[in-house]
Amino acid sequence: MTIALQFTNVTVTDVDESIAFYRDALGLEVQNDVKSGDHRWVTLGTSAQPGLGIVLSDPYAGRSQADGDAMQEMLTKGVLPMLVFNTDDLDATFETVRASGAEVLQEPIDTGWGQRDCAFRDPSGNMVRIAQAPAA
Amino acid sequence: MTPQEIENLAHLRRARDLIDRDYAKPLDVPTMAAKALMSPAHFSRQFRAAYGETPYSHLMTRRIERAMALLRAGMTVTDACMAVGCTSLGSFSSRFAEIIGITPSAYRAREHDAVKAMPACVAKSHTRPARQASSRIEEVRTIAAA
Repeated sequence: MTIALQFTNVTVTDVDESIAFYRDALGLEVQNDVKSGDHRWVTLGTSAQPGLGIVLSDPYAGRSQADGDAMQEMLTKGVLPMLVFNTDDLDATFETVRASGAEVLQEPIDTGWGQRDCAFRDPSGNMVRIAQAPAA
Repeated sequence: MTPQEIENLAHLRRARDLIDRDYAKPLDVPTMAAKALMSPAHFSRQFRAAYGETPYSHLMTRRIERAMALLRAGMTVTDACMAVGCTSLGSFSSRFAEIIGITPSAYRAREHDAVKAMPACVAKSHTRPARQASSRIEEVRTIAAA
């Protein structure tokens, strides 16, 4: 019996603006783009991890106005849970993402527990950390 | 939420990120307010409304959270105080004791096994000191009980 993560959801203020970050800066590929009424669900993934979809949607997608407002507030305040990626070349990834104009929270540093990582805000305020992948 | 409300909250977030990043520098409220594109008084009120504490209070809790990590690693109280941007050992110690409940030297001498087992980014949020602030859920309970 196996179990694996198939989809994870990331709430963003503006899906189009976020595609520029997740696709063009981070290098993920758009795998699906579903519209329903005023809302949109865009799934991105990476060949480094086939089978995992990262789904972007806005705070009001599938929620009441009140719940959407609460979600939007926490998103913009930057207090929703972080997303952590890893890459085989942290310095190159950092430079690419920084060059895209993303807000830098932390340049690549060696953390106290033996990992090297950096951190950004995505355009909506989600914290996105990127770690150096362990040598194969 | 209106686009203007979202924009204002994003400005506050950038100021908060500045505090979290530059806590060891001599940060003052006008510098933080400039990052949020607001006047210092307006910024302080808006920050408190959004995050439940004043910008200066957030700076001090951030500094004390970082000092706690340094103390756990065995740094002296004086060095930890200076390393996190506090210039007065007296006010650092009293603020530390007020928030954590024990003095920095007592904290340094204590066992820290559970925190050592966590990655630092988890320890950062789990050990972040919190003041007793208002809670919407508690307010509802209080009203319901009355």
